[in-house]
Amino acid sequence: MSQHSPRSSLTDEIDANLKRAFDKISEEKVPDRFSDLLSQLRSAEQAKSREGINDDG
Amino acid sequence: MTADPRDELTNHLGPMRAFAMSLTRNSALADDMVQDALVKAWTKIDTFEAGTNMRAWLFTILRNTYYSHHRKARREVADVDGILSEALAQKPDHDGRLQMRDFNAAFDELNDEQREALVLVGAAGFSYEEAAETCGVAVGTIKSRVNRARARLAELMSIDDESAIEMTDAVTAGIVTAQRSVA
Repeated sequence: MSQHSPRSSLTDEIDANLKRAFDKISEEKVPDRFSDLLSQLRSAEQAKSREGINDDG
Repeated sequence: MTADPRDELTNHLGPMRAFAMSLTRNSALADDMVQDALVKAWTKIDTFEAGTNMRAWLFTILRNTYYSHHRKARREVADVDGILSEALAQKPDHDGRLQMRDFNAAFDELNDEQREALVLVGAAGFSYEEAAETCGVAVGTIKSRVNRARARLAELMSIDDESAIEMTDAVTAGIVTAQRSVA
């Protein structure tokens, strides 16, 4: 910390608060739609790879 | 058995939503954007280099999604909501009400490039290098965007020392654009 001008303390405040808000949003419970989506993607892929095996065989 | 990097996707959902929220400042759009990005990440996982920063890779996909589809939608959405602000707006803001509005307006005045640079570096903990890679620009460009974003906000808010403390609440609430309906 070199100087204590209002501007630099303001930008520090801006960053600190942006970070706090960002972290808070990050830590919120994630809606189920996303874990549902990931399971759907996984099972779709597994179904597809089973087809692939059948095709190869 | 090799680990599937896709198993890690779930660890990044929270920050992905936060980044999407900071780009769109609308929770419905943000979640749609995260959903699109997740599908892309899933199908393009082979473009992810193991051992590199997965969050940066995901944020790159997110912002590409934003710029190719959602930015337009964002402009068409008149109301920005604040579900994410609920946790943040709990501080009493008797004197800060005007300032919160000021911060929202100021944050909105940043262009997308400045806003994302500031969020990545100032809030998401990205290095300038990571932010530069995520945004596909030179490190110097990111530095200058961050500096301009900070300077612009400071200028727009231009407040004296006395009100700087009250401003803290305004900034906290402002990132999520807690624009409640005007009563």
